[in-house]
Amino acid sequence: MKIENIVQALGLEVKCGKDSLGKEVTGGYTGDLLSDVMGNSKEGYIWITRQVHQNIVAVASLKEHAGIILINSSQPTQETLQKAEAEKIPIMVSDLPAFEISGKIYNLLTAKS
Amino acid sequence: MLKVYNCDLHIHTCLSPCAELDMHPKALVQRALEKKLDMIAISDHNASANVPYVIAAAAGKNLHVIPAMEITTSEEVHLLALFESLSDLMKLQIVVDQHLFGENDETRFGVQAIVNEQGEVEGLNNQLLIGATDLTIDNIIDTIHQLGGLAIPAHIDRESFSVLSQLGFINDDSHFDALEISKLTGMEQGRIRYGHLGHYPFLTSSDAHFIRDIGTSTTNILLEKPTFTELKMALLKQSGRHILE
Repeated sequence: MKIENIVQALGLEVKCGKDSLGKEVTGGYTGDLLSDVMGNSKEGYIWITRQVHQNIVAVASLKEHAGIILINSSQPTQETLQKAEAEKIPIMVSDLPAFEISGKIYNLLTAKS
Repeated sequence: MLKVYNCDLHIHTCLSPCAELDMHPKALVQRALEKKLDMIAISDHNASANVPYVIAAAAGKNLHVIPAMEITTSEEVHLLALFESLSDLMKLQIVVDQHLFGENDETRFGVQAIVNEQGEVEGLNNQLLIGATDLTIDNIIDTIHQLGGLAIPAHIDRESFSVLSQLGFINDDSHFDALEISKLTGMEQGRIRYGHLGHYPFLTSSDAHFIRDIGTSTTNILLEKPTFTELKMALLKQSGRHILE
């Protein structure tokens, strides 16, 4: 499944990285401690977080995440957006809390096609 | 003439919910003197009402008190702000008060007592001091610097509430004036583990919440006299002032 499929299915607002929505999503990780996310997430994952600091872009880039979803309508900072645009990391915003958006994405990714 | 001064730049008082009630200004100053400290910073969680009383308790004694605060940023990073004067700290307090929400629950988090230099209770703070402000770390650093203060992330080696646990790493463009290593790791180990951050000055402090912890981890600093201005010069390695290894 590609990011754009998830964006469409869940009505996410794309804040940046519109040209990279064709990336394949291999799994997901939910967390706000960047040290934890660096340690436990994998390449191709979609990362669900409340953290909006610019370091999320570096972590997503380092771990080669497919993209980042910010929960509870959290808005990325200006620095975060600029870095994400430069690194071609899509950032999406959802109005749902982490539990709900994670559950929905889990269902999408594990649904039998 | 420059001299080595023994500094513990991160001490709580009984205003912090997680600190013991015995951490009142008079007792705290007495212990600091017993431990032969020359300079301390009083840094409660998102609060500062006991700082003037600690300054009063230390008046006339060989102990300099730096007005400070340990602010919780929206990323849940603990950030120390140190100031030259109480009025600068009060300006930061106004900002913090506008961005800190919730009420304390004493039974869950602890009592937040404002106690004067005589050991008399002046009142209780009912804000949720254990909570986080909705101010980003970059925003708070800017505010601290505008007020002439020093911004130092606390206990960067800890697995909770530290800039490294919350934000993963420290950006090259982060405007920290120093980094604090907790006593669990200590200066020597800290320098090895965080060698890549060696361009920042390192400090170690007790982060005391209990009387017995005051002065258990300190930084020796070469200064002309123990003051905020001299500390600032030492962090910038100006005119021979510096932190001793």
